[in-house]
Formats: sequence, structure tokens, C-alpha cells
Amino acid sequence: MSAVIIARHGRTPAERFKDAAWVAFVALLLGIPMVGLTTVDEGGALTVQTRFGMLGIFVGVSFAGRFVFRWIMDQVRGRRAAKPAVAKLDRTPLAIKTIGWAVLGASIALPIMFSENRYVIDTATTVLIYVMLGWGLNVVVGLAGLLDLGYVAFYAVGAYTYALLFSHFGWTFWEALPVAGAMAATFGILLGYPILRLRGDYLAIVTLGFGEIIRVILVNWTELSNGPNGIGSIPRPTLLGLPFERNPAEGTQSFASFFGLDFSGMHRIIFLYYLILVLALLTNVFVSRLRKLPVGRAWEALREDEIACKAMGMNVTNVKLSAFAIGAMLGGFAGVFFAARQGFISPESFTFTESATILAIVVLGGMGSQLGVVLAALVLVLLPELGRNFSEYRMLMFGTAMVLIMVWKPSGLLASREPTIRLNKALAMDNKAAGLGGQA
Amino acid sequence: MMLHMEGVHAHYGHIHALRGVDVTVQVGEIVTLIGANGAGKSTLMMSLFGKPGASSGRIVFDGEDITRVPSHLISRRGIAIVPEGRRIFPRMTVMENLLMGTAFADPANFNADIKRVYAMFPILEERAAQRAGTLSGGEQQMLAIGRALMSRPKLLLLDEPSLGLAPIYIKRIFQIIRELNTEHGMTVLLVEQNAHHALRVAHRGYVLQHGEIVLAGSGQELLASPEVRAAYLEGGH
Repeated sequence: MSAVIIARHGRTPAERFKDAAWVAFVALLLGIPMVGLTTVDEGGALTVQTRFGMLGIFVGVSFAGRFVFRWIMDQVRGRRAAKPAVAKLDRTPLAIKTIGWAVLGASIALPIMFSENRYVIDTATTVLIYVMLGWGLNVVVGLAGLLDLGYVAFYAVGAYTYALLFSHFGWTFWEALPVAGAMAATFGILLGYPILRLRGDYLAIVTLGFGEIIRVILVNWTELSNGPNGIGSIPRPTLLGLPFERNPAEGTQSFASFFGLDFSGMHRIIFLYYLILVLALLTNVFVSRLRKLPVGRAWEALREDEIACKAMGMNVTNVKLSAFAIGAMLGGFAGVFFAARQGFISPESFTFTESATILAIVVLGGMGSQLGVVLAALVLVLLPELGRNFSEYRMLMFGTAMVLIMVWKPSGLLASREPTIRLNKALAMDNKAAGLGGQA
Repeated sequence: MMLHMEGVHAHYGHIHALRGVDVTVQVGEIVTLIGANGAGKSTLMMSLFGKPGASSGRIVFDGEDITRVPSHLISRRGIAIVPEGRRIFPRMTVMENLLMGTAFADPANFNADIKRVYAMFPILEERAAQRAGTLSGGEQQMLAIGRALMSRPKLLLLDEPSLGLAPIYIKRIFQIIRELNTEHGMTVLLVEQNAHHALRVAHRGYVLQHGEIVLAGSGQELLASPEVRAAYLEGGH
């Protein structure tokens, strides 16, 4: 299909026409079985009917759509090509920073604007869980370059650690949080150790298997995990010991009574929202800081070239394990929050689809980009939600969006990498040291 | 004596890649290893780093036996390598690449070291904020050398530094090697296919064939030796 190529410059109308005709032809081929033929139930027997009118419309729309799309893309590209190429080299992160702060502002203001709309806040909370998971997985996949298809396992370990600590020992959310993080990190190291020598596809297969092992154990080890029935009535987190309940236990205060407010179910929803926002932001700050430390640079160097890392004297084993452990720990934290928010967990929530979604968020966002993860999580969680009106065409729409993003932004929404150290800073350091007589 | 390899054998699975090699490098020398493809030049360098480890024989560096020391600890003892094919970190900036070289160096030396590297390769200072993958091949080779120097090595290993470079850069790279040695007193072990250039810059050289050293001598001697001329110089390039 050599005619359907991405043009770099403007094309003649004849070329556009030919290009669109090709697309229409492909649409016709695809459309005959998908649109042109349909089965109808006539008196209990299935008969095939033709819908050539509909097929005609389908092909016509494809033709016109491609024609217009091509034209618009040529315009956009023409404008882009007119800009000097130098501007791209010296990319200022100002635009990205602005978007980052705008997103942060919007997420803080969101519960105030929608304080009565439970659906909006619930959805936003879900987005934030995925953002946090994306940031966690970003350490492993985006920074260290280790393809992990079983990330959901650590999410599950975190969630089950809290659920079990509560049901056996009555631990609260805040007590269980650090323990669950440590537990997930331990599992990260356990997984990391045997697969130190694997890379790429092989690594992906083994991590995929690990994710499934954890889920299958949770399903089958009924004495520990209550099997497929899951664990219920997990308590919600409290605010400094103040629960969000209508009728607090005798002699204690609830959030509403302590602040003299009328009880409202929304308090808890909003509290959960802000809690995950804070957890996610802490994750972000933590990961951004790590990235600028030697360990973060070692992760990135590992992604770039493992052999060169060894030549630099790095202990590649430790670098890999630290990436697995820290990524897993962050996943574990998110798991604890998930368990506390749902109040009920079962192995159903930790299937491969979850791992795939989180990985898609990291890849779609642009590997290693923190803001990219936020944008990708928004797209991947909101699209299926917004698409609810389209009922069975929902996934089709979702797929189309994914394809479009990959066509336009093959390396993710925000692919440019932020350097961990800037020239002016280094020079300033240099000058300072020279002033102090730091000569050798 | 900076480095002494004594009867070193090394294997890749069934392949007997080094068959009892003796190599000595004195402080302040440039020593080169030349030989055809598959002669074992790169294996010898890898064995220094313990991958593949010497199956018999002894490697002594700076008075200490490093035959059984784990790979990542060897470079921390003061051996830096400029790997074959440069192996810079392409998506990281030039500055970050140089920082990777200092992973286990004393931070107090950082400013002095980076000044030294920038003075030697002004292009790296100019491009400090640029992604290393966007540099030309010759510039990448300079970056790889600069990165190795950032760890203040006692011994610098260069594995095929002229590989895949334009002739003008090849000349420059050998000039740099000589400068490193004369001006900074760096001890260098150089593995090269480009025998002509390597022997001219080196004090001494070894010729490796099928995992064995078949000839050794000063650079001048080897350049003049009929065997070397026939096998590696005439018609070789």
C-alpha cells in the first residue's frame, strides 16, 4: 500500500485524490463483510442480508475523511516545516512546566468545583490511582528500561497486605501503609533476582508470568486470601484518627462532628480524592528527586547501555534490583489505597488487563516522562468513561484513539527527556568551586 | 609495573580464546595489541575485567592480584575503558555522560576533572547540554574518552578507538592518545586493527594471533618487522 504514505510536504490535488481513493478501496474491502453483509433473524432462522447503501456511505465517508485529513495534515506539517529547526534543539521546558502546574491547579480545585458530583470525583480518583501506578512503573520501564508486564502483582501485594493485616491484627490504613510498601518492595526484589540476566522480550514474558502467579496464588490459597470470594469490609482511612462515619463509636468523634459539620457522604469521597492526590504527588516528588541522584542516572544509563554501565564500574545487579524494589514499593502503596477505597478486594481486580493498562499509560505518555503519564492516564481512563454513550462501540473508539496517538506521537505524548543536570547549574558550580580554590 | 598478565587463558564456552598470554604494561607507557579479527584482542581486554574470567594464569594490576575480583570492582581500582563502538549513553546529555564516568570517583575532584576534559575536548563543553546521540562519530569517541578520564584512571584501555571514524578523526584520536600520554602521563593499553597508526603512537606492541602472542617489541621494531608488514600493514588499508 505504498500510496498511503505520510507526506512531508504539500501534495498536488491529484496525489491527494489518488491517496484517498486507495483508502476508499481498502474501506470497501474491509466494509463488505463488516458493513455490507448483516445477519437477520427471520422466524428463528438466520439469513444474510446485503446493505449496499450503508456500504456506499461507509466508503464515501472514508474517502472524504482521508481527503480532508490529508489536507489538514499537510497544512500542519507545512507550518511546522517553516519554523527554524534550531528551535527544536534548544527546547525550553517552559511549556511543559506550565501545563504541569495547570494540571496540578485543576486537580486541587476539582473537588471544590464538583463538590456534589460524586461521579466526577470518583472518576478523578481512579485517574489518580492510575497516575500513581504509572509513576511507579515509570521507574522500572521508563527509567531503568526493564519491560515489566506483571506490575499489577505489586499492586495486589500492597492491597492484600493491608487487607490481611486488618482482618488478622486490626491494623489501620496508616499503620499498614509502610508495611505494605516494604512487602511489595520485597516481592520486587524476589522477582528481580532470578531475572537479572534477562532483557527485552524474555524479561517481559517472565514478569508476565510473575503477575499471573500472584493472581493464581490469591485465587487458590483460600486459607490465606479467602480465594475468589475476596476480602471485604476493609476500613476506610481516617483523617488523623477521625473516621468519616455518620455514627461514630461511643466516646469518639467523627470528621463531621469534630468540625461541627452536617454529615455528608461526600466528605469521605473528597477526602479519598485528596489522599490519593497527596500520595501521587509524593510519588512524583520522590521519583523526580531520585532521577537527579546518582541512582536515578544509573537507571537511565542502564536503559541506554548495560555493557557501558558495567565498564563504568556500576554494579548492574544492584541498579536493577533497586529499580524493581522502588517501582514495586510505589505500586504497593497504590494497592493499599485501592483496598481502602474499595473496601473489598478480590483477585478479579488484579488481572493482566490492569498491568497492560498501566504499561500503556507509561508507553503512551512517553517513557520516562512524568507529565506524560498524567496525560496518558487521563486519556486511558476518561476515554472509556466518556464513551459509555456509544455502548458497544466504546472499545472501537478507544482503539481508534490509541492508533491515532501512535500515528502522531510514536514515542509517546511527551517524548522529550528532561536532562537531570543543566549546563548553567554546572557552570555555576564550577565557578563557585574555582572561587574556593578547588584546583587539583 | 602497572599491569602484568601472566599465562592467561580464557574461554567462551568451548572456544579457547586466549592461550597463555603474557602482557606487561609499565607506568607511563603506551602499549598496543594488534591482530586480525578474532585474534583475541578484545577478549584479552574483557578478561582484564573478568568477563570471561581468566581460566588460568594471573592478572596483577598496580601490585594487586585482580584475577578473581568481580568485574564492577575492577574499574573502581583505577582501570577505565573506552569500549569498542564507543557505547556512550545516547539519550542522555553530554554532561550526564561525563557524570556517569565519575560514579565512583571522589566528588572533590569533579571540577578539576571536568575542566581538564573540556580543555582537551572543547567541543564537549560546547555540546554539554546536547543529547550525546546527536554527536558525530568522532565527537562520540571523544566523549567516550572524556567519560573514561573522569574517573581519574591509572590505566586507560582503548578498544578500537578508530573503528568506523572518518580519516580526519582517526588522525585526531591518535593525536589525543599521544597527548594524554606525554602531557598527562597516562598509561594506555590500546587495542587496534589499524596497526599502522597504533604502532606509530605506541612505545611497545604485541601481535596477537589465534589467542597467542606471536611477536612483541617496540613500536618501531614491529613497524619494521617483515611479518607485521606482510600481515597487517601492506595492502591492509
